[in-house]
Amino acid sequence: MLVLTSLLAGLLFGLGLIISGMANPVKVQGFLDLAGNWDPSLAMVMAGAIGIGGLAFLLARRRQLSLLGLPMQLPANNAITTRLVLGSAAFGIGWGMAGFCPGPALVAMGAGYPKAAGFVAAMIAGMAVFELAERRLQKSRG
Amino acid sequence: MAIDLTHFTPGLSLAGGLIIGIAASVLILFNGRIAGISGILGGLLSWPQNDRHWRLAFLAGLIGSPLAASLIGYATAPEIHASWGVVLLAGFIVGLGTRYAGGCTSGHGVCGMSRGAVRSIVATLTFMAAGFITVYIQRHLLGA
Repeated sequence: MLVLTSLLAGLLFGLGLIISGMANPVKVQGFLDLAGNWDPSLAMVMAGAIGIGGLAFLLARRRQLSLLGLPMQLPANNAITTRLVLGSAAFGIGWGMAGFCPGPALVAMGAGYPKAAGFVAAMIAGMAVFELAERRLQKSRG
Repeated sequence: MAIDLTHFTPGLSLAGGLIIGIAASVLILFNGRIAGISGILGGLLSWPQNDRHWRLAFLAGLIGSPLAASLIGYATAPEIHASWGVVLLAGFIVGLGTRYAGGCTSGHGVCGMSRGAVRSIVATLTFMAAGFITVYIQRHLLGA
C-alpha cells in the first residue's frame, strides 16, 4: 500500500509539473527573468500548490499517525543555519543557469531528453559529494 | 519589467499547482512523509538504507508521468537552452546545494511554505533571489 500511494503521489506530482508548464526550463527562466519579459506562471503554480498543501498540513499536524498508520514525519528542525542559506543560494544559482530544479529534471528525463538525464546524473553526483562530506564530518567528530 | 502575456498561462499553471498540492497531500496524509524531491532522491544515497521502496516508487511515478500525461493529451516538451557544460555544472550545484539546504522547490517551496515553516520561507526567498540574480546576469549582462 505504501508503495502504491508513493507511486500515485509521484505520478500526480509529475502531471502537475507538466500541466503547469514547469517541466519546461525556458518557462521557469521566464519567471526568473524579472528584468525582461516576465512570465508570472510559476507564482500561480505555487499559489495552487500551497493552497491545497496548507489544508493537508493543517490536518497532518493534528494526527500522530498517517492514514496508513505510519508515524507523521513532520520536520522538527527550525534552525536558520549557514548551510541552509548557502545551500539554498547555490541551488538558486544552478536553478537559474539551467532552468531545472530536481522534480522537473526527473520529469524531462522521463520524457527522453538526454540533457535532462545529464542534469540528473550531475545532480546525483553533487548529492553523493554531500553524503561523503557528511560521513567524513561525522567520523572526525567521532 | 513587462508581463509576458503571450507565455503567461494562469489557468493551466494554477490547475497544475493544485495537482501538485494534491500529490504533496497524498504523501503526507497517507505516508506521513514530506514530498521533497531532493530529499527523496538524496535519501537513497545515505547509509544505512531501510526505506528504499517508497522512495523508488515515488521517483518511478515522477519519471513515468510524461507517459501518463501523453495518454490524457498533454505533451512534455522541455526547451533546454543551456549548453551541455552549463547543464552539467548546474546539475552538480543543484544536487550539492539542495542537500546542504535540506530541500528544494518542493520540500521547502511547496511543503515547507504550506506548513508556514520560517526555515523554509528563508530557504525559498534565498533560492528565488539567487535565481533572479543568475538569470539577470545570464540574460542581461552576458547576453546569453
